[in-house]
Amino acid sequence: MSMIKEMMTTAADYFPMLLRKQAPKFVTESGNPVYGIVAEFDETPKVFKAAAQVRDAGYSKWDVHTPFPIHDMEEAMGIKTTKLPLMAGGAALTGLCIAVVLQWGTTDILYPTVVQGKPFEAWQPFVPIMFELAILCTAFMCIFGMLALNGLPRWHHPLFSHERFYRVGNDRFFISIESTDPNFDPIKTKQLLEKAGGTDITLVEDVK
Amino acid sequence: MSDMHPDQTIALQASGTASVQPVPRHQPIIPGTHDDGTLVEDPGLRAPLVLGERSFNDVTNTVCGYAEAPMPKIWLTAFTITSSIAAIATGMILYLIITGVGVWGLNNQVDWAWDITNFVFWIGIGHAGTLISAILCLLKQNWRTAVNRAAEAMTIFAVICAGIFPGIHVGRVWFAWFLAPVPNSNGIWPNFRSPLLWDVFAVSTYATVSLLFWYMGMIPDLATLRDRAAIRLHKGVSRGFKMPMPLGDGLALHFMPKPDQIRVLVYGVMSLGWRFSSRHWHRYEKAYLMLAGISTPLVLSVHSIVSFDFATSVIPGWHTTIFPPYFVAGAVFGGFAMVLWLMIPLRMFLPNFSDLLTLRHLENMAKIILLTGTMVGFAYAMEFFIAWYGANEYEFSVFANNRVNPAKAPYWWAYWTMITCNVAFPQLFWFRRFRQSPLVIWIVASAVTVGMWFERFVIIVTSIHRAFLPGEWHMFFPTYVDILTFVGSCGIFMTLFLLFLKFLPTFALSELKIVMPQSHTDDHH
Repeated sequence: MSMIKEMMTTAADYFPMLLRKQAPKFVTESGNPVYGIVAEFDETPKVFKAAAQVRDAGYSKWDVHTPFPIHDMEEAMGIKTTKLPLMAGGAALTGLCIAVVLQWGTTDILYPTVVQGKPFEAWQPFVPIMFELAILCTAFMCIFGMLALNGLPRWHHPLFSHERFYRVGNDRFFISIESTDPNFDPIKTKQLLEKAGGTDITLVEDVK
Repeated sequence: MSDMHPDQTIALQASGTASVQPVPRHQPIIPGTHDDGTLVEDPGLRAPLVLGERSFNDVTNTVCGYAEAPMPKIWLTAFTITSSIAAIATGMILYLIITGVGVWGLNNQVDWAWDITNFVFWIGIGHAGTLISAILCLLKQNWRTAVNRAAEAMTIFAVICAGIFPGIHVGRVWFAWFLAPVPNSNGIWPNFRSPLLWDVFAVSTYATVSLLFWYMGMIPDLATLRDRAAIRLHKGVSRGFKMPMPLGDGLALHFMPKPDQIRVLVYGVMSLGWRFSSRHWHRYEKAYLMLAGISTPLVLSVHSIVSFDFATSVIPGWHTTIFPPYFVAGAVFGGFAMVLWLMIPLRMFLPNFSDLLTLRHLENMAKIILLTGTMVGFAYAMEFFIAWYGANEYEFSVFANNRVNPAKAPYWWAYWTMITCNVAFPQLFWFRRFRQSPLVIWIVASAVTVGMWFERFVIIVTSIHRAFLPGEWHMFFPTYVDILTFVGSCGIFMTLFLLFLKFLPTFALSELKIVMPQSHTDDHH
């Protein structure tokens, strides 16, 4: 049920003319909905420990933003392993099937020809292209599947309205907790991030 | 510089009051020696991969600084030269298309010569990038982070150059679409049992996968460039647009948008809204690992399939089973030589990069040159041995009478150039002194590049210039169009590489940061 709700929200982001978003739970004085709370960290060990604390506090809609992938961060955040490898495997099989249909279909069925003395029943000459197309489809799935699961491309995001966040690509680490999280509370969440060692804790608005 | 607030640093840099490359080395190179402290031989010590006790901010500044600041004058000079040479290639290709392949020196006997030589040469060079990013990634060789981005870029550009030659050598270029399995009114399909069609699929798959791999690796770094430009715009410290001029300052053009405005737009679109989320990084790393996993067999398959173009024919000199591994080793060999050939001058002209690309990196690559060069040397010897041991007189004759023996083979000089450059030169790297000297490495890399071109020339031309009847014996003489098309393809390659240096992150920033000690999650670093 929550998954359907989430999909509807995402769809509403992209097609605001078709779907109306749910009313935001938290609104600032200026009338903008609250995106969430962002805390800044300046060293890898600090953000790593803080992530474990946020995880243990039971949050689910939150994220750690780091200039590079931190080793073992999945565990510290409690992220489940991605389905991407399974999808890539499916893509590999698809590529293989396309190659089989394409090669046998054209050279044995649509226009049967024997060239260079290679007989119809010879499967060996078809192996290289089967391999190449399987690789090609897997590569497409790896990249476009990764982007799709990540919800990218998405050029606008509330976090980009937070000026300090622009240093995330350089040398700063951020933890953001979204207001749509059931555990979110403007005061308690802020206290948690303070306790975890975050600095410059800011409420980020979802500016239209 | 690290005491200063980073925003202030960026502001100073961008407004021109601080030098564009503000990062002084905290630890200078050991005075009086060439040693930069990375050449330790003690297995208990791990050589640092990033020198000078750099912070994350320093590394970001170093890498992004070159993409943001005006390039040194030498870049403009080099770009002028290489783009002029590239223009010559374009002219020659146009001439060929208008007139026909007769403008090349091909004749009835030698119907593949420089075109396919250049194709195999360039596609071979393209192999180092994927090897570095894929195979060295799977082998957890962290030193690859300093060279992988540039090597991948080089791969793309080499494949572009490689793609030109088979495209134009077909004669009537406007029928090149016959290679693609497109339904057409004749009902005829490409011959899927031909290695030439395997080659089309292999090379186009390779080009696509390499491009995607390269682009995916760049997404976070493009986002860094986007964010830096956005900060400067927001703080109002962006420079105006200046057209670079050969002498003096650039010409200010006030009607143009500020470079940072263009950057925010272009890098912004290209980085797809990447926001460095750990949930995204998790899938990103998984995708990267899988791409590395599939690129490894891919890179081995591509040059194997290229070698099938020759090996599956029944021409003496081509019809050998050693070709696939021999071609792959040769490709890696030539590719690494090209990486070194490009990166050593880069260290010289853009000096801050020598902190990221240390002597240790060069030495490691020199060792790979030695390894693959020796493998190639073994393949040469084995090919000759089998030609003799196999007791096929035609096969043996190709070696003895077409290649090796100066008294009988008109192309003996090509064969012996190949042996000298590819087998003799790399042996210098048995000596530590030579593989630690950038100058010697550069000279060997140049020799290997020349040698690898000659290897393909020897394989192709010396095998086919004499058929079974002496009446069919012809020499191959290149015309000026042959020569200028090849020289021009080098121009295209270098032009693309120079543009890459100027506009894209030359080093993989996020990966460099992973190998720095500050990235560890425990406090003891």
